[in-house]
Amino acid sequence: MNIHEYQAKEVLRKFGVATLKGQLAESPDKAVDAAKAIGGTVWVVKAQIHAGGRGKGGGVKVAKSLDEVRDFTKHMLGMTLVTHQTGPEGKVVNKVYIEAGCNIKKEYYAAVLLNRQTGRIILMASAEGGVNIEEVAEHHPEKIHKVEIDPAVGLLGFQALDIAFAIGMKDKVAKKAASFFQKLYQAYIEKDCSAAEINPLVETAEGDVIALDAKMNFDSNALFRHPDIVELRDLTEEDPSEIEASRFDLAFIKLDGNIGCLVNGAGLAMSTMDIIKIAGGTPANFLDVGGGANKEKVTEAFKIILKDPNVKGIFVNIFGGIMKCDIIAEGVIAASKELGLKVPLVVRLEGTNVELGKKILAESGLNITPADDLTDGATKIVAAVKGAK
Amino acid sequence: MSIMIDKNTKVICQGFTGAQGTFHSEQAIAYGTKMVGGTSPGKGGTTHLGLPVFDTVADAVEKTGATASVIYVPPAGAADAIMEAVAAELALVVCITEGIPVLDMVKVKRYMEGKKTRLVGPNCPGVITPGECKIGIMPGHIHRPGKIGVLSRSGTLTYEAVGQTTRLGLGQSTCVGIGGDPVNGTNFIDVLEMYARDPGTEAVIMIGEIGGTAEVDAADYIKREFKKPVTAFIAGATAPVGKRMGHAGAIISGGGETAEAKFEALASAGCAISRSPADMGKTLLKQLGR
Repeated sequence: MNIHEYQAKEVLRKFGVATLKGQLAESPDKAVDAAKAIGGTVWVVKAQIHAGGRGKGGGVKVAKSLDEVRDFTKHMLGMTLVTHQTGPEGKVVNKVYIEAGCNIKKEYYAAVLLNRQTGRIILMASAEGGVNIEEVAEHHPEKIHKVEIDPAVGLLGFQALDIAFAIGMKDKVAKKAASFFQKLYQAYIEKDCSAAEINPLVETAEGDVIALDAKMNFDSNALFRHPDIVELRDLTEEDPSEIEASRFDLAFIKLDGNIGCLVNGAGLAMSTMDIIKIAGGTPANFLDVGGGANKEKVTEAFKIILKDPNVKGIFVNIFGGIMKCDIIAEGVIAASKELGLKVPLVVRLEGTNVELGKKILAESGLNITPADDLTDGATKIVAAVKGAK
Repeated sequence: MSIMIDKNTKVICQGFTGAQGTFHSEQAIAYGTKMVGGTSPGKGGTTHLGLPVFDTVADAVEKTGATASVIYVPPAGAADAIMEAVAAELALVVCITEGIPVLDMVKVKRYMEGKKTRLVGPNCPGVITPGECKIGIMPGHIHRPGKIGVLSRSGTLTYEAVGQTTRLGLGQSTCVGIGGDPVNGTNFIDVLEMYARDPGTEAVIMIGEIGGTAEVDAADYIKREFKKPVTAFIAGATAPVGKRMGHAGAIISGGGETAEAKFEALASAGCAISRSPADMGKTLLKQLGR
């Protein structure tokens, strides 16, 4: 789960991570009020969307007067911001964050994240801050410094200090950074993050070490123990059909093709998309109904797939293990009848009770094309969709 | 021959009296797995499915001589269940549970350092040696004893490979689902090393997916020292970047984590590549020159 920059900073402040003064605003007037409350003569107006790279797209502006705060806010609210992380369709800006300015001496990068290879959390930092870190990692891996953290003892003082020195900090600034890193790690652990990224981390002319931006992602498996984090979820940042699917415990991701997929198992669901592509079609979605699907779940899955007007056909691909093919067949029939299904439907069943499942489909009197295997199913649905055009 | 488990493996179930534990233990018993009991804290001393129930794993091990455990405990308590089994020095622990917090697994990994237990999973279908022992949620009837090792991060996709090798008359030696989570107990290389030493395994079907670099690491290992034929498939060639595709670990967050990069690494390691999930069996058959 992702949250906004302003929310991430609120979370981090509770752990003592240094940030600048800031306030959220949803109108130009409120933005000016926020700037007045913050004080000073320079403010930064920052678009709040769930994606990085906002600066390049015009989503971060330095305002040198209250009039500029008003103008920038007016311009940003409602605009569609396109960055390298939003995709070409971009994201609409609904809120801005007004933050105090500061005297930046140098920008760095810092992040806490999981190293999947070792199963350990790492602290990663670089003297190359404020830029796209993926590019630094690719072209100058030597400029990225990492330390692996033992979960039994946490991020140790000397390790944090080593990293601060490695990225070129000196004396008191390095000590402040080390303390910053330890607090960041603490926030990561206590809130079950999946990534906490500070880019840029800045050293100010006054010698302070501050999180100028903050991005936090949370492990969705651990949200059950963090009701405070769940409250930070912003549904306007998510696809409506994906939200609907999550209510029914269906793993669903919308794609831009025209063949709807209903599959059991994540690996098979991905492979079903792949084989549709190989057969010359394009998948409209990823959908895993999970191991315990019943009639209701299958019906909900059909409804969600059919909400997409691009869908010209549906491919149901089930390898029944725990799930029995006859149950799925009944679910498919119930859903087709209830929804008055108009688009071609190809169903491939395999595994437990497969013969019974096939019989139920054949005797339903509905226009369902049975498929013998994966290739057969993919070929049939692609042909049906092309014929329907 | 087989790896990890055979007809003599004595298995207990953690979360034995719950719905999942009950259903799958019944299935395992019907398959012929030597189930010897289970745990359910607070219900020690009772019987379930005709087998003894214990309060603790240590107790179950002492009384039954079990060497393997399967875990169906819900996510919030699953990490603790794994560590309890590790503390009781079981040789093999298979964790089926999906949805364990990643940081819980980071702790589990740390706790397991220097211990003798092998963990398979979590978030996996389990391990099966056809005709001998089934530990997990896979449908037993699609398997046939044979000489192909099936190794996978996915559940239903493993069944697909099993179904294909069964239809082609190849059968399976032992099938291992290592699970779809970013932090797991056993990786591709661990299992390949076991297949290398197993005279009963002639060739391997390896099924990976997007996210992480475990398949690329496995390709390095195969290139260096794995001598048996490997046919590989990677799920997610059409998956978008940055989206979690069902499995917690199936998310592309860097260039080396795409299906394309993994196909490439495995091909250059000498694996036969099945671009389609429907052709894994056929590709392997061709690789074996049959």
